[in-house]
Amino acid sequence: MVLYILNGLYFGAFLFLTSLGLTIILGVMGILNLAHGSLFALGAFMAAWTIGLLATGPPSTALILAIICSMALTAAVGFLLERSLIKPIIRRPLEYQLLITFGALLLMEDVIKLVWGGEARYASAPFDSMGRANLLGLEYPWYFVFVMALTALAGAAVWVVMARTRAGIMLRAIAMDRDMAEAMGIPIKRLSSLAFMLGASMAGLAGALMVPTSPALLGIGMEPLIMAFIVVVIGGMGSLKGAVVGSLLVGQARSFGVGFLPELEMPILFLIAVLILIGRPQGMFGKG
Amino acid sequence: MAGLATKRKKTGALVLLIIGFVLLPQVIPSYQLVLLESGLCFAILGLGFNLLLRYTGLLSFGHGAYFAAGAYAVGMIGRYAPELYRMEVLIPAAIVFSAILAAIFGFVCVRHTRIFFSILTLALSMLVFATLVKLYYVTGGSDGIRVGIPPVLGHAFKGMRRPQFLEGFYYYFLLGWVIVSVAFMYLLVRSPFGKAIQAVRDNEIRAEMIGIRVKRFRWWAFLVSGAYAGLAGGLWSFVNGHVTPELAHWVFSGEVVYMTLLGGFKSFAGPIVGAIVFTFLKLYAVSGTEYWMLIIGITLIGIVLLLPGGLVGGLVILLERAKARAPWRS
Repeated sequence: MVLYILNGLYFGAFLFLTSLGLTIILGVMGILNLAHGSLFALGAFMAAWTIGLLATGPPSTALILAIICSMALTAAVGFLLERSLIKPIIRRPLEYQLLITFGALLLMEDVIKLVWGGEARYASAPFDSMGRANLLGLEYPWYFVFVMALTALAGAAVWVVMARTRAGIMLRAIAMDRDMAEAMGIPIKRLSSLAFMLGASMAGLAGALMVPTSPALLGIGMEPLIMAFIVVVIGGMGSLKGAVVGSLLVGQARSFGVGFLPELEMPILFLIAVLILIGRPQGMFGKG
Repeated sequence: MAGLATKRKKTGALVLLIIGFVLLPQVIPSYQLVLLESGLCFAILGLGFNLLLRYTGLLSFGHGAYFAAGAYAVGMIGRYAPELYRMEVLIPAAIVFSAILAAIFGFVCVRHTRIFFSILTLALSMLVFATLVKLYYVTGGSDGIRVGIPPVLGHAFKGMRRPQFLEGFYYYFLLGWVIVSVAFMYLLVRSPFGKAIQAVRDNEIRAEMIGIRVKRFRWWAFLVSGAYAGLAGGLWSFVNGHVTPELAHWVFSGEVVYMTLLGGFKSFAGPIVGAIVFTFLKLYAVSGTEYWMLIIGITLIGIVLLLPGGLVGGLVILLERAKARAPWRS
């Protein structure tokens, strides 16, 4: 029982990091970024590659460097995506916006294959070196605890940025009313890039944290994307609080689903999302 | 009487086009013909999809679910009721089964518009996908189901191999369905119903004020669109010989959106052109290079940025330019 809850929390941590980026971009730009999963994959491959390069040194240093490299790379790619693809279509109808991020997804999947090749990349050294903790009478890997702590830290950092800093207040203003924000002289282009970079780097962080427990594969970003999607739908689009509650809910649902109804775990998640959408189309914490 | 003259010209072109398609098997190699059949199935799917996008103003990102419903209707009948495995049962079954699914899902979806509609259709199609994958003992899971050649009106194609079947009878059968679907859709979007859904698309509140039952009309459009997708899925299952859950995955639905945009969703013929071009483009990209997604992705981005009207839209612009340059020739 405790194990299920812990696993749910651990799984929820990944969901939170992935959906955080998705929801920031959706909230600020009004764009559903289908290439978000590919940013996750990019982070995973970058981290696996870095950890592989630094295999001779201590694993903890390698992990920290890998996280930094992944976040930097995904932020840079996010910046390029925003400037080259998103900016020209921000005022175009929905179908173009969805399609261009779909195009970016296809493009990035193959670029990853081009750069890192098609094979799986293993980088489990940081996980193995951390050992196991004794938690509530359970043997629990320290690495999982580390992931949860880091996720909480990242979530808090994003919250501080959004709630307390000038840039965060301006971002929320853009999310509320883009035209009005522009009229007030808010540097909308620069902040859009910032939002995209922030969101992308969160996906990169999630990807990097995943790599020590499971190898980086092609198409690794697909499932996190769909899961983050469900979280955003449940929690409410563009809502930070929604991302927290949604991830916790989906994380637990998935953990218990895997434990008790492994056959129907995925369908149940989609069913929950659909039921919530029927009742509250804007999600639990979304604004109309 | 310029209007009548262009109308005659158009009819003539259409008749020529149909004759061209009928004669095609004599001209092109069988490998390309089978590919074209795949494209024709996607054309029916695209037509149905565009009824929602172009005429109702709703972007479905889950149309693969209804395509899969049609394809699986065929596969499941073959697996569980072989005595019913006859073409004259299978095609209606594909249409009815997907229409029922679309009626249920549509009931939920048409309450929403814009991005909510897209997300909801996507989530529902992934529900179908996940169910198909997980219920291994019922649906064959990710292995899918094999689809054999069914007898048609009592005539069994015993001992016939699939390519032979596809080159001969089936091509004309499929062509017949394409013509019927195109004609029906052409009439539908010009009927009072078609005008009503376009009114809903343009201004929902005004449409409601003049007495159009907005949600009910959207629901009917959704149902017809889903039935088209199911018909396409059923027809396609014989071409492919195998159905898998990937048909309900959102990536396939994304490809449907792409096909329609490639041809140009603002014109009636756009999805048909787009579906056929896409099928060839994808196959050549897949067989020509390991990095086919790169090619599809780049063309997709290029079309969105440079050619928002799609191929048909681009062609119209080119023709108009040519006309403007040579005014004496109209």
